[in-house]
Amino acid sequence: MSGVGGAVRRRLSAATRFPFGAPTWPGALPRQAPERGLGVDYGTDWARRYPARLARAMVVDNITRPLAHALAAPAVRGQELLELVEPPVIVVANHASHLDTPLLLSVLPRRLRHRMVVAAAADHFFDRRWKAHLWAGALNAIPIERHRVNRRSAEVAGALLGEGWSLLIYPEGGRTPDGWLKPFRGGAAYLSVRTGRPVVPVYVTGTRQLLPKGGGGLRRGRTTVTFSPAMSPDPGEDARRFGARIEATMATMADEASTDWWTARRRAGTGSTPAVGGPEAAPWRRAWALAQGSSDRHDEGRWALRRRDS
Amino acid sequence: MSPRPGFVLEVDRSTPPTLFWHGEGYRLERLPIGSRVLYAPEPHHALEDPVGAIRRALLEPLGDVAPLPDQLRPGMRLTIAFDDVSLPLPPMRRPDIRQLVIEQVLDMAAAAGVDDVVLIAALALHRRMTDDELRHALGDRVYDAFAPHGLLLQHDAEDPDNLVHLGVTDEGEDVELNKRAATSDLLVYVNINLVAMDGGHKSVATGLSSYRSLRHHHNARTMQHSRSFMDQDHSELHSSNWRMGRLIAASDIKVFQIETTLNTDTFPEQFRFLQRREWEWSAKDRATFMASSAALARTPPRLARGIFHSIRAPHRMTSVQAGEVEAVHARTTANVYAQQLLEVEGQSDVLTMGLPYICPYNVHSIMNPILVACLGLGYFFNMYRGRPLVRQGGVIIMSHPTPWAFHAGHHPSYIDFFEQVLTETTDPVEIGKYEESFATDPWYVHLYRTGHAYHGVHPFYMWYWCAHALAHVGSVIVVGGDRAAVRRLGFTPATTMADALELASDLVGPDPTITHLHSPPLLMADVQ
Repeated sequence: MSGVGGAVRRRLSAATRFPFGAPTWPGALPRQAPERGLGVDYGTDWARRYPARLARAMVVDNITRPLAHALAAPAVRGQELLELVEPPVIVVANHASHLDTPLLLSVLPRRLRHRMVVAAAADHFFDRRWKAHLWAGALNAIPIERHRVNRRSAEVAGALLGEGWSLLIYPEGGRTPDGWLKPFRGGAAYLSVRTGRPVVPVYVTGTRQLLPKGGGGLRRGRTTVTFSPAMSPDPGEDARRFGARIEATMATMADEASTDWWTARRRAGTGSTPAVGGPEAAPWRRAWALAQGSSDRHDEGRWALRRRDS
Repeated sequence: MSPRPGFVLEVDRSTPPTLFWHGEGYRLERLPIGSRVLYAPEPHHALEDPVGAIRRALLEPLGDVAPLPDQLRPGMRLTIAFDDVSLPLPPMRRPDIRQLVIEQVLDMAAAAGVDDVVLIAALALHRRMTDDELRHALGDRVYDAFAPHGLLLQHDAEDPDNLVHLGVTDEGEDVELNKRAATSDLLVYVNINLVAMDGGHKSVATGLSSYRSLRHHHNARTMQHSRSFMDQDHSELHSSNWRMGRLIAASDIKVFQIETTLNTDTFPEQFRFLQRREWEWSAKDRATFMASSAALARTPPRLARGIFHSIRAPHRMTSVQAGEVEAVHARTTANVYAQQLLEVEGQSDVLTMGLPYICPYNVHSIMNPILVACLGLGYFFNMYRGRPLVRQGGVIIMSHPTPWAFHAGHHPSYIDFFEQVLTETTDPVEIGKYEESFATDPWYVHLYRTGHAYHGVHPFYMWYWCAHALAHVGSVIVVGGDRAAVRRLGFTPATTMADALELASDLVGPDPTITHLHSPPLLMADVQ
């Protein structure tokens, strides 16, 4: 049965692949909004009005959450820490898969997930009108310019934080192509410094195996979502330094995901946390090093890999 | 919106497959992650008033020369020479630039009362143009005014009565020129500068000369010392032509040079996807690509050739310069570079290229195997400034069907060259020993003078054009070519691009760096 399913999927995939389907966009290139009123100019106010919120809450609670739990079986660590923070907050997460957002919305407490906007790449999610409507409606996404500083994006996000909306943002600016973290951009730290709202770092593992970037269908497996204590900028700390601190925290959480909390803390204390960007080497060696790290895990990370292979 | 500059794309997982020309067709190839693809700058804006711009250029010439009307007087001998059918590529839509320029020159000559005017197609050793080609280049007004009276000529490099030997340069190079041009009171030369190689002293010194002159710079040694021949500051081909040009100037031959540049708007609307970046292809582009690919796969080669050679490019003029040869050419070259130059960081192990259906020497004709080699290793390889795109000892991979086919009317000596010379040696230096016999063969001379054949020596020149690349690279692989023809050229055939890359890695090692020249539209790499 799976053989037939696989064949059908392969055929469907071939039939929708370029040039039959629309071309994919090279990752290194900024993408311009083809129409007026799209991209960063797309207005999302309608998606935060009561009817849209109600519809979205029903979908998230009754469809997205059960599906995410069934597909991704998230093991959540540190969720209790969220009780200590007052919304609105800026949730900062690593980004490996399109599954990250529905998964995070599923595991966030109700008071956050129903008042959460998601920063989404303007050039990818808001380049067509139907896509802009879909993502604004389904995820409460707002368009963010990820390749250059855009005042409008920052102003919109800042204003929403001021109105009590929490913000989910992926500071890597896009999904990791190979599993290693990409360098962080400074938007989240800048918003936190500007609005005074705390940042909640979250580290997600396993979603890349379930729905990787650039190919492959959706698979079942297990994931881990680790929350870190909320962070606020120190008095006088500028966005650049605060951003570096957030990135260091994410590195520790990445280390924790592949070892354990104590080992990660000790390494952080001695300044020996492994680099999250992976080795500066050929693509195969980066993939090799990542697989090596996964095989050292005691937890569901290895399980997820096995499930993928099976 | 201003045209976007060219750029170097590094292929990643999200990069869609890359378009490769493949003769009278095209393919999508997936290049390995990390490969570089060079995209040409977008076509520059055309001059809004080309006729006005031409007129201004003639009235306000560059260099130490008088405006054209001041050089025209009753009773003078005026000769207007113009580039032949090898430019531009593909042939441009009407009105051709030559028509626009020559009409302006003739208007001024008529106003000045000049009666003795002759037009000459500067063929050098190329084939004679057909009447239709001349009419297309010059327009109906000019053609109908001159051709019926025998005043529209085509340069004949084998007519001893109409050649004049002007002397010898310091380097011992004979300078022999068309007699009508050399004995005129003013020679106006009308150029289309499609690439940086065109124009300058090369226009007259090559276009209106003979084998006796050309052999001094059309040879393997000169081409190996032209790095590249698109970069005139480092080109022995240009140095030789400049020496000849200065001797021509010293012989009291007054040349009024007119040079024009084109943008790279190369293909008409229905083929517009050929100059779009793949990830920007619209649904219409994709549908056109798939429909045309499927149709071409089922079309007999002769018909496919006819379809492609009927393409008229929407090229538009971006600049026009007139006046003294060197002053004009400096400005023109800067304009060509502004349109075509692309900065590239470093060389790579492998250079890939998709070769189209046309090169300067097969307009309305067949791209035979020798021309395939010349287009890839002569023209595309040399589209650089600084260093070649591929490293010394690297590999060039060309995609072209390379049919074992020749146009007997246009390329008769090519057939014998392919059968007799390349079976003996493919070394550009060594083939020189056969050159004289082909150049002086009376049958080839007869066909050149009376038919539409390229000169007997022309296939040698095509092979010399490859000399720099052949000395530089370790191997040349042709994807999808006729295997026997490819082997005859001394190259390696491969069925697919993946096979070719596999073969290349045997020579340059695993995980080679790869650069793909996404051309046409034309681009010139400025390799740092």
